[in-house]
Amino acid sequence: MSNTKKMIEVKKLNKYFGKLHVLKDVDLEVHESEVVCLIGASGSGKSTLLRCLNFLEMKQSGQISLEGKEIDVKQDDLNKIRTRTGMVFQHFNLFPHMTVMENVIEAPVYVKKLKKEEAVKLGKEYLEKVGMSDKVHVYPNTLSGGQQQRVAIARALAMKPKIMLFDEPTSGLDPELVGEVLGVMKELAEEGMTMVIVTHEMGFAREVADRVAFLDKGKIAEVGPPEQIFDQAKEERTKEFLSKVL
Amino acid sequence: MSFWELFTETLPGYYDAIFATIQITLLGIVIGVIIGLIFAFMKVSKYKILIFIADLYINIIRGTPLVVQIFVLYFGLVQFIDLGRFLSGGIALGVHNGAYIAEIFRGSIQSVDRGQSEAARSLGMNYTLSMRRIVLPQALRRAIPPLGNQFIIALKDSSLVAFIGFQELFNRAQRIQSSTGMAMESYVIVGIYYLVLVLILTFIVNRVERYLARSERGVKHE
Repeated sequence: MSNTKKMIEVKKLNKYFGKLHVLKDVDLEVHESEVVCLIGASGSGKSTLLRCLNFLEMKQSGQISLEGKEIDVKQDDLNKIRTRTGMVFQHFNLFPHMTVMENVIEAPVYVKKLKKEEAVKLGKEYLEKVGMSDKVHVYPNTLSGGQQQRVAIARALAMKPKIMLFDEPTSGLDPELVGEVLGVMKELAEEGMTMVIVTHEMGFAREVADRVAFLDKGKIAEVGPPEQIFDQAKEERTKEFLSKVL
Repeated sequence: MSFWELFTETLPGYYDAIFATIQITLLGIVIGVIIGLIFAFMKVSKYKILIFIADLYINIIRGTPLVVQIFVLYFGLVQFIDLGRFLSGGIALGVHNGAYIAEIFRGSIQSVDRGQSEAARSLGMNYTLSMRRIVLPQALRRAIPPLGNQFIIALKDSSLVAFIGFQELFNRAQRIQSSTGMAMESYVIVGIYYLVLVLILTFIVNRVERYLARSERGVKHE
């Protein structure tokens, strides 16, 4: 692992919401093609950490480096940086006034300035990948949650990001629809995508993650391979959390 | 002279007046929408000074009667610049409706889920692009019903420019009343004209609303 490229490096990250200290000196490294799952109770800061990586939340102190380059929030073009980190949200956040295809090609056309035909070709490719090529011209609100989330994944992938961030991608889904989304994510992991996933799906984390980080009260309490975290946790609070959710 | 005779005899003379009412209402609506958009953007911005200016404008305009605003713009301004009755009246209508339309737009922009702009930003869209492509189209759709309502109010309120002598529907009715002495008939007739115009406007707004609601449902046929 040490000889591969560091895609994400977080050092001493601190984040406050007003007076609330939500992330406390967080350190995290994610290497190329690595899948890291962030687990922890709600309010532990795992979603905030993920959103800081995409600068949807701004850190108060600490360093964030992406693809080996430290990001200066004031100097660097965050819009450009965000094109390299795809994000998938708990509530899908598809654009309701656009069809499935329009959702997927929106950013390639308007941000990357791709020609529409090229973007559509790209869109077809990624919609096929997530198994949604038969729903190209429908509007999102006619789709099930699982279908919407798969379109959202295709939309993020169409920007050809180097890193994919998932913020509880299956938490908003009916139980029977969780599998289809996790299936797509697993496939993505197998293709070597670098992924950071906030999840409550412990079975998925165990199966797909290279490393699992357990967050507690704004700190990374324990991080390691899934077997270690799930079977031989060193920290008492990790064991306590896992005993509640497993 | 009967009601019907008065109606048919004054009808040709009303053509210009109907046209004038439509014209000044349109001017007021166009100015109102432009002002409304500008002040709505100021109110959803993060700059306190812009929010303050927008609040000040909205409070002053909503806190004073339209007829006072019309008189200020016509009789008050005439010592500096003579805009004429049509422009004074139309601008007054626009400035007045702009305050209400600003609040309509602000509400509809803020009603669009934060996740929408977050998704847009996460795809690399800048603020302007995410506003233009993602937030505003959804906000405008939601603004149509209250906007239509405001346009109807603007149409009826345009009658107040009669008091600066602009020859529109209500002004026409007053003239007919004073020349015939038939007060009840004259004002009922002009009421009917307003009612018909409002019904036509309502019909148009409903059609636009239905048209916009049609997408977001089902399949897009290319």
